Amino acid sequence: MKYEKDIFEIIFFARGGQGAKTAAEILAQSAVEEGKFVQSFPNFGPERSGAPTKTYLRISDQPILTHEPIVDPDVVVVLDDTLLGSQNVSDNLDRREALIINSKFSSEKIRTIIAEKGGKFEGKIYPIDADGLSLEIIGQPRPNTVILGKFIQVTEVTRLESVVKEFRKIFEEKIGSELTTKNIEAVEKAYDEI
Amino acid sequence: MEKKNKNNIALTGGAAAAEALRQIEPDVMPIYPITPQTPIIETYAKFQANGLVDTEIIRVESEHSAISAAVGASAAGARTVTATSSQGLALMHEILYITSGLRLPILLVISARALSAPINIHGDHSDVMGARDSGWIQLFCENAQEAYDKTLIGMKLAERVKMPAMVIMDGFNTSHSVENLKTIDDQKVKKFIGELEPVNPLLDVDNPVTYGPVALQNSYFEFRIDEEKAMQEVFIEYEKIAQDFEKISHRKYDYFETYQTEGAEKIMVMAGTSAGTAKVVINKLRKQGEKVGILKINLFRPFPYQEIAEVLKDAQEIIVLDRAQSIGSKPPIYSEVISALFQAKKLKKVKSCVYGLGGRDLFQKQIEDILTGKNQEHYLT
Repeated sequence: MKYEKDIFEIIFFARGGQGAKTAAEILAQSAVEEGKFVQSFPNFGPERSGAPTKTYLRISDQPILTHEPIVDPDVVVVLDDTLLGSQNVSDNLDRREALIINSKFSSEKIRTIIAEKGGKFEGKIYPIDADGLSLEIIGQPRPNTVILGKFIQVTEVTRLESVVKEFRKIFEEKIGSELTTKNIEAVEKAYDEI
Repeated sequence: MEKKNKNNIALTGGAAAAEALRQIEPDVMPIYPITPQTPIIETYAKFQANGLVDTEIIRVESEHSAISAAVGASAAGARTVTATSSQGLALMHEILYITSGLRLPILLVISARALSAPINIHGDHSDVMGARDSGWIQLFCENAQEAYDKTLIGMKLAERVKMPAMVIMDGFNTSHSVENLKTIDDQKVKKFIGELEPVNPLLDVDNPVTYGPVALQNSYFEFRIDEEKAMQEVFIEYEKIAQDFEKISHRKYDYFETYQTEGAEKIMVMAGTSAGTAKVVINKLRKQGEKVGILKINLFRPFPYQEIAEVLKDAQEIIVLDRAQSIGSKPPIYSEVISALFQAKKLKKVKSCVYGLGGRDLFQKQIEDILTGKNQEHYLT
């Protein structure tokens, strides 16, 4: 099914305004920092705050030629578990592949919700309470960056140091060093979570 | 894995073109900064606001005014650039002919997008194909790297031949997609682009000239013949500039790119991002022993008829992918390919496919089905 096996493909499901594009961008730049090739683009629709969005990210050791949207991802990241009701997040995810989701629910519960909506997913589900973690450490709901910690732990597609470095580069000027440090702390905590 | 290189960065196609423009550092950039504008001028305006470039940005009230202001600036002797897409380019249409008629070397960076109605500003080639007979050079880009490279080539080419140039990237697929690219050192770029030596600038008050006077039945015709001659000269100059560019970048851009066309029985012709997607399919089919290849258009205006016919002449079947229609006629690239083959007295089986209108996705599977003959449809919906 998958056309190019050596390209690692990720789909982010989120709602407009939740920062999926930023999350993909941080990962993309981290991978570039490590000498890899990337491609990241949103599913180009009307961007409205709160509406479901899809963002694609490819990472590869070889140049990426294709421009088709990702149809068969290796990993899916869901930033908002209410999307399970309207989006087929597990499409083309097989048993060896992973679903990382910002949720308080258990993986069994998430699997049940997917099944109730007519989906079928036998792979591993990694729920992480990214909202809770970011509220606790940062004091603001910033699931998009916190979930990156979990993402790296699960996929090892880039290194935590690269992501931290990139985060600092992109955000230090925008949000100040104190808030940046707290965000990074939250990413690291998510990375260490089992 | 490639060695870490500070010049290996990842940007959207729009930001990549803006980076090239930062290095070119035009004197004047008239802009109309609302929809359907692109990240190109947004990024460039930041460079200007941060003092990285010394460019006069003129914010105007429409695209018609943006290109009109560009005409004024360029005639005055300023290196002039602007960017637009979709309806914006359509609104510029009247002035496009004036720009080329006055032989002004303006660079227009375009994220090619659909035209209304119905309202849609997603990627396709309708806007730029509507301007294909306006006397502008047209260069198509496959990805962010090419958007960067061809912005540099386009500027130099326009100024060399005194003809305006459009550098065309696919709206969204390239303009809003983050991809790796390698940039060239500022100094090397500046040397490559060189200083603009304006011909008969209006600001040369010691040598007053008139731009755009009336030319009636006794001379208008000759102006138009001259324009065609100038356009034919683009081929020679493009080749020289592409060679110079290769020296500083190690990247080569002929009139078109051939990919696995050697001994190919079927050749697919297209422009833009679809070529990248198709290359992946070609790789797969070649491994399975299918003799298939691609011809990707870089230079669409002027159109290199002879050279293209030379590549296509030995193929058994040619498939042309267009991302625009020419309603009431045949799609633009298809028509040119037919014409090229007829001029070369090579009659071939040429199939036409239209894809991606209004941002419709194009998948590898679709391209594979056309190349293997499974899909015989004209429209790849």
